[in-house]
Amino acid sequence: MKQVQEISQEASTGGSRGSAMTHDELMTHRKNQQRVSMIGSYVVLTILALLFIAPILFMIVGSFKPDNLVLIEAGSLKAFVPENPSLQNYQDVFNRVNFTQFFWNSIFITGAIVLFGLLVNSMAAYAFSRLQWRGRDIIFPVIIALMIIPFEAIAVPLFFQMTWLGLRNTYTAQIIPFIANAFSIYLFYTFFIVLPKELEEAARVDGAGPIRTFFEIIVPVSKPVFASVAILTFLTQWGSFLWPTMIAVGEKVRPLPVAIAQFQTLPPIQWGDIMAFGVMMVAPMLVIFLIFQKWFVQGVASSGIKG
Amino acid sequence: MANQTTLTAPNDTRSALGMAAPALIGLFLFVALPFTLAAILSFTNLRLGSPLPTRFIGLEQYARIFSEPSFRRALLNNAIFALVVVPLQTAIALGLAILLNRPLRGMAIFRTLFFMPVVFPMALVSVIWILIYAPGANGMMNSFLDFITFGLWEPRDFLRDPYLALPAIMLLSMWQGVGFQMVILLAGLQSVPSDLYEAAAIDGSNKWNQFLHVTLPQLRNTLIFVMLVTSILSFRLYDQIEIMTNGGPLDATTTVMYEAVTAAYQQQKMAKGAAMTVVFFLVVLMITLIQRTLIKEERAMD
Repeated sequence: MKQVQEISQEASTGGSRGSAMTHDELMTHRKNQQRVSMIGSYVVLTILALLFIAPILFMIVGSFKPDNLVLIEAGSLKAFVPENPSLQNYQDVFNRVNFTQFFWNSIFITGAIVLFGLLVNSMAAYAFSRLQWRGRDIIFPVIIALMIIPFEAIAVPLFFQMTWLGLRNTYTAQIIPFIANAFSIYLFYTFFIVLPKELEEAARVDGAGPIRTFFEIIVPVSKPVFASVAILTFLTQWGSFLWPTMIAVGEKVRPLPVAIAQFQTLPPIQWGDIMAFGVMMVAPMLVIFLIFQKWFVQGVASSGIKG
Repeated sequence: MANQTTLTAPNDTRSALGMAAPALIGLFLFVALPFTLAAILSFTNLRLGSPLPTRFIGLEQYARIFSEPSFRRALLNNAIFALVVVPLQTAIALGLAILLNRPLRGMAIFRTLFFMPVVFPMALVSVIWILIYAPGANGMMNSFLDFITFGLWEPRDFLRDPYLALPAIMLLSMWQGVGFQMVILLAGLQSVPSDLYEAAAIDGSNKWNQFLHVTLPQLRNTLIFVMLVTSILSFRLYDQIEIMTNGGPLDATTTVMYEAVTAAYQQQKMAKGAAMTVVFFLVVLMITLIQRTLIKEERAMD
């Protein structure tokens, strides 16, 4: 089919150029053109990609270099070549600060938000999308309206609230405000609302209540949306900086983004150590990203398809 | 319909409320309540640890913040950031998406590479780029610019230069964010029906005209969405500023959020910080309303 269209296309363009070239010649001419434009695309993409990942390579290579060389070689191509790589910087990070603690703090806080968030927001979305109840059509628009409030707009009063409750420098203050999330509810809602009615009918006829129906019927068929929401939540929370800067500077509860900002100013400033800190901080994200790439991209794209 | 009524058990309301309750309570306590509190606080003179009693002072707090040169500069910086970054980043993201949308081998690898910085926490990005912007001829950015201008570039101290600090922050923000936009635009491009291009090609329209008359109109909603999300993100600018410049030099990089956090957290002036975040929210609200109208218009035309 495509072939046919291409030929008819050749015919029409060929006609306007006069009949100096036969169809065969036109086809090879066109193929050559395509090849040139293909090679051009690859060249442009490769140059862009190199410029693009340079900072990342710089960080990874720097983390294996002696501290003094990181700065000295930053201006030459040696910045991207590790000569005599060593793990010294990684060791230094553990010797200079309590990296394990910061890492655990980030894992615990992010993990708790993701797990409780999945449970709480999916249940709410199920109630709004598939159960009949009074008040549903009044409350749901309010939740949708809450989506336009960015966290930054409530950071100050929330800081006041948490300080008043005596929750500064606690895990609690870093976890509970972020479990319920209007946008997550919205994402679950859009997924649940289009599931066929027949799905739950059998279960309901057999006398299963909504809660059992949800966990036994809806959750198993909704893995893609759970994965998307989990990844989006993880991505946002792992990098969260503003809130923990305000509420959690204590070492016992300090998460990685705040920890690296402080480590970067900790004398003596050793860039190799800072780079090693950075690599260890982003490694879990990169691993998860490379494994679940498809979900990542879908999750991000789905957050954009709401126009 | 009949099915639905038989399915609706009388106890649905109880289960539904039970299932929605944790989320509703959370959203009330940690979104609705602090949001209302922000509005109320902004009309008071609340200061933590201040001996003065807290009282309502009407719009005085707003008058005060708008009379501050640093706050006005913050608003201006946010606006400049948005005006430069939004069109530029969207154009680059669109270019990348179009390049990647061709059915060639290895496109998945390029997509992964361009998307990768999105995974990087902004705190980490800021720290790496401090080093990239290192002053002196040895600095990475300085020697790169020296190389591509054939030695015409004079080494600068980007983050301490009042003219270069904000552009420097713009560059790393675009680097980190462009992959996000690219993926959304790529999804949009892939939903453009291919027969539209075929029809255009048969009508003898060239690549540029196809882009103008097929791609852009088909991507309209996605582009509006992406541009407005980026505008909102530019007004949320905080992490890079706190880590890289502390708003300096000479307020050249201060932002509304940086001013608000400094007031509330460092100076304990809750009411002042609250008033600033209310202004921030009004800007975001305005941008969102523009988005709604623009996208509705498109729907009405269909």
